[in-house]
Amino acid sequence: MTDPLGAAPGASSQPLMACQECDLLQRIPPLPIRGEAHCARCGHSLAARPSDPLQIPLALTITAAIVFVVAITTSLLGLSAVGRHASTTIIGGAWQLWQEGETITAAIVMFCAVIAPGFFIVLMLTVLLLAKRAPVPHWGGEVLRWCLHMQPWSMYDVMSLGILVALIKVAQLASVDAGIALYAMGVLAVLLPAIMVSFDAREIWKLVPCENKATASARAVEEADFLASGR
Amino acid sequence: MSALKPVRAITAAQCGLISCETCKLLARPAHPEDPGHCPRCGGELEFRRRRSLQRTWALVIAAAVCYIPANMLPMMATTTFASSHADTIMGGVVYLFASGSWPLALIVLVASVMVPLGKLIALIYLLLSVQRGMPGACHQRARLYRMVELIGRWSMLDVFVVTFIVALVQLQPLMAVQPGPAVLFFAVVVVLTMIAAETFDPRLIWDSAANLENEDD
Ligand SMILES: [Zn+2]
Ligand SMILES: [Zn+2]
Repeated sequence: MTDPLGAAPGASSQPLMACQECDLLQRIPPLPIRGEAHCARCGHSLAARPSDPLQIPLALTITAAIVFVVAITTSLLGLSAVGRHASTTIIGGAWQLWQEGETITAAIVMFCAVIAPGFFIVLMLTVLLLAKRAPVPHWGGEVLRWCLHMQPWSMYDVMSLGILVALIKVAQLASVDAGIALYAMGVLAVLLPAIMVSFDAREIWKLVPCENKATASARAVEEADFLASGR
Repeated sequence: MSALKPVRAITAAQCGLISCETCKLLARPAHPEDPGHCPRCGGELEFRRRRSLQRTWALVIAAAVCYIPANMLPMMATTTFASSHADTIMGGVVYLFASGSWPLALIVLVASVMVPLGKLIALIYLLLSVQRGMPGACHQRARLYRMVELIGRWSMLDVFVVTFIVALVQLQPLMAVQPGPAVLFFAVVVVLTMIAAETFDPRLIWDSAANLENEDD
């Protein structure tokens, strides 16, 4: 396990880190596989070590990409009443809202249902493929940053439940049938969080080089200069 | 779970260090008053999220204003050739409950009514407690913040329910469902509170404790 904060022996070889939720400085001890380190003060999870932080997420992300294509291209729900049949897709749902004049809501639904998860999958795939041949170029860090921002807006878990409620409401008016996209969405609702759990961003960040020290507005803290500063 | 060794009880900010919010790199800015960007991921470096309290207040107030029409106006209108009626969020909950699917009624009630309201109250409490420099209850407040972050997206539930009912039930002139004006307000409440949770800086909770050097652990 490489150590981004220098290779001094003993305790100081353990990377120094500040908790993201309370800013307390602490050292992360070497973690066992499936181990997790929590902040000594607030309990926030600081680091986790999944068993295979690059291969498993890569396999899951490729699966997710295929399921995603199925989810947005196939029929989500079908409805039959008095001899008529209608069906809708995920994009069709947002489009219908747009046509009804709810353009902003349609854009939000489109973002949470297609754009954010789509970007998340593509960016995650890019990052994981880049990590296969180190060093990762500097823009690899930028890609991962955007990927992490997209993650909370990918709402297949919420959407699956929403469609279930919609199904039950509509079932009282007409007969409805679930399309392939509904199952695909259920799979994505599980897959996307699974990618995040099996993935260790630290493994990628270790491979991303820091900007040139002379031009950067800030520099990475090395163990030596931290100790030299008198703490 | 591993026990960690704190480097004395000292925060990164007290050492003049900034922990990058994206890649968690510990960096020493050349100019603390203008820290610039992370040398590794290019994210913006800030000791604390910039103007966190003002921004969060603005978003919370905007969300609270939108919360009222979101609950008062109809979410969707059902038109059949004989009649037409509109349902608010509570109307939808009552309808689900009356039709016997009370577990779903409960889910919608919690996700659409209680979660957004609870989130607004929690954020206002966190903002006030930080502004007044409240020293105690840090653990409870940190847990509250994490909960707000975690459950916020679930209030999008009803927006998806309406979207897909509207998309599906288009059997003109027999029966059609139109989205109501509340959908927009509701979606905006969810988006604003999600962004508010992101602009609030949880480190501020602990800063006031550290200032008074009496941490409650
Ligand atoms: Zn902490
Ligand atoms: Zn960074």
